[in-house]
Amino acid sequence: MKAARAALGLVSLFAATWAVAQGTLETRRSGYQDMGAALRQMQDDDTANPGMLFVQLGAAAWDKPAGASGKSCADCHGAASGMKGVAARYPAIPPGADKPVDLGGRINLCRTGRQQAEPWPAEHRDLLALEALVALQSRGEPIAPPADPRLAPFRERGAEIYRRRQGQLNLSCAICHDDNAGKQLAGVVIPQAHPTGYPIYRLEWQALGSLQRRLRNCLVGVRADAWPLDAMEYVELETYLMDRARGMKIESPAVRP
Amino acid sequence: MTCRNGPTPLQRRTFLAGTALVTILPAAAARATPEAMAAAIRDVVGNATVREGKVTLDVPPLIENGSTVPLTVSVESPMSEADHVKAIHVFNEKNPQPYVFDATLGPASGKAVIGTRIKLGDSQKIVAIAETSKGEFWSGSADVIVTLAACLEEMT
Amino acid sequence: MANVLINVPKTARRGEVIEIKAMILHPMETGFRPGTNGRIIPRNIIERFTATWNGTEVFSMAMSPAIAANPFVSFFAVARDSGTIALRWTGDEGFAVEERVAITVG
Repeated sequence: MKAARAALGLVSLFAATWAVAQGTLETRRSGYQDMGAALRQMQDDDTANPGMLFVQLGAAAWDKPAGASGKSCADCHGAASGMKGVAARYPAIPPGADKPVDLGGRINLCRTGRQQAEPWPAEHRDLLALEALVALQSRGEPIAPPADPRLAPFRERGAEIYRRRQGQLNLSCAICHDDNAGKQLAGVVIPQAHPTGYPIYRLEWQALGSLQRRLRNCLVGVRADAWPLDAMEYVELETYLMDRARGMKIESPAVRP
Repeated sequence: MTCRNGPTPLQRRTFLAGTALVTILPAAAARATPEAMAAAIRDVVGNATVREGKVTLDVPPLIENGSTVPLTVSVESPMSEADHVKAIHVFNEKNPQPYVFDATLGPASGKAVIGTRIKLGDSQKIVAIAETSKGEFWSGSADVIVTLAACLEEMT
Repeated sequence: MANVLINVPKTARRGEVIEIKAMILHPMETGFRPGTNGRIIPRNIIERFTATWNGTEVFSMAMSPAIAANPFVSFFAVARDSGTIALRWTGDEGFAVEERVAITVG
């Protein structure tokens, strides 16, 4: 026992020294680390994480034929496990397009293009369920936005939105989530806003929801008008946020307060 | 056994007294109060004595969102044919109603431990009462501080 | 398909006390919240959860609106015989779901 503890100590000492030596001491924190033990436990246990109910719905939707094509996701993609790493790359520019879409947008492109079905409206349960199923396959994978130079202008616009003061409270994303992260707002720790776990089961919603929905909550929070549901601003901000969280591990479906 | 969802006489009186204020304070009308909780408990235990002990509530002392609060209730009991917990009743003092759940168990349970997730409208006290096969009532309680999430969604 | 996640061991030793965990997709609408039109959204909750082991009830829970959405319940049971554990949820608006899981006791 004592030996094990000593070994563990040595290992962590080594890890810390190594990180410092590499100049990569991680200061970024997932919102997971800001939650209490009870909520972390809820996320960690797949038999207790409510997000897993939606993953199960997504697994059923994956195999179900849809649209005029009569094809299911599985008909083209095979088992959902083949989607490992996909959620870690989005938003990305799909083949033949000139602007990025997020994972939900990509699923809807499959739906309209391949399945010849109606796209799902924002926050549709089946859409979120498929996103959760696909994102789960990337759990533990590092966030890895593609090295596509065409993404740069979108990412830069996202960064500009992130720093732009908005709303009656005249706050930017950066003021809360960079300058004041770790401090408290209404008794809750302000997270660094890394999108590591989307779609998330937000206790406030008592349901699964997308990063876009969470961004709208922030906009309402600073008393700004939320952009229309199909606005490019969301995807630009998502592109920036995923780059900002590059290398952090996917934990979908995450639980958040 | 059903969960007692109807208003108790005490609640009904509170409600009647409250109706005059309804236009100003709609939320004041039919909420659970420590008194309503006490009445709801009395409804379950009758005139029996409730002793403190044997019942443990495992609930985070501070929770980031009251909509989903993990709660585990454990009762010390041999859970034998001769001596077991028959029922566990859980109450709160500040939700719209004082009832949370009524669970029925027995010697086939092996262990008197129940986990669930509850809604708490505010920081408050939760009380659990265990009813044994010998007709005894034991109670335990826990205080929970509910903090409010920031940046909520506007209902539009 | 009912949306239920159940966690029960596939096998147990005779006399072993096993934990059963179950979670179901359900809004647990309290009946106390106003909707977007200012009117109270009608109550829609699961009122009762029951577990039977080879037809004999081993656990039940009467739920109130204070149970969180997508209700999660965990409880224990003594493994006596191989067979079927049936979990049943019933509630407002005619809600009724039953799921069965097999367990081998040896």
